[in-house]
Amino acid sequence: MEIRWRRDVEAALEEARRTARNVLLDFSAAPT
Amino acid sequence: MKGQPADGKRTTERYHALWTPTILLLDPEGVEQHRIEGFLPVDDFLAQIELGLGHAAFKHERWVEAERWFDNVAQHHGDSDAAAEATYWVGVARYKATGDARHLSDTAVAFAHRFQNTPWAKKASVWGKRAA
Repeated sequence: MEIRWRRDVEAALEEARRTARNVLLDFSAAPT
Repeated sequence: MKGQPADGKRTTERYHALWTPTILLLDPEGVEQHRIEGFLPVDDFLAQIELGLGHAAFKHERWVEAERWFDNVAQHHGDSDAAAEATYWVGVARYKATGDARHLSDTAVAFAHRFQNTPWAKKASVWGKRAA
C-alpha cells in the first residue's frame, strides 16, 4: 500500500473527489 | 497528505484535530471515516489504516471490500490492537454480504480461541448465545 503525501489540502481533496480515492490527513505538527 | 502551516489552523479546526499526531482517513467526499490519535508503532499504524479502509468501505455498504480489509488486519496484523476489532467486523461484513447469520455465530466461536479478553469478544458473545 503506497501513500503519496501531499501538502495542499484543498487540491488533495479535489483530486480525491475526481479519482474516487480516500485521503489520509496527517496532523503531526506541535499543538498550539 | 500533511497539513501546511499556512492553512493548518483552518484545517485543524475543520477536522477538530485537538492533539498530535492525529491521522484522519477521509472518504473521496472528504467525510471522516476513521481517526487515529496518538503515536503507534509501524505495525499497529498500518493495521489501523487498513481497519479504517474497512470501515470506510463498510459505511458505503461495500461489504466484500470491507471484509477484505478487516480480514487482512485479522490475518496479517494479528498482534496489533486492531486485530480483535477487525475480527468482529469480518463477521459483520460477511453477514451483511450474505444475510447468513452463521457468519456471526462463527465469529463468536472464533473469539473463543483468540482475543478472548477484549471488548470485541464481549460484543460477539451474544451471537454465540443466539446460536446455542
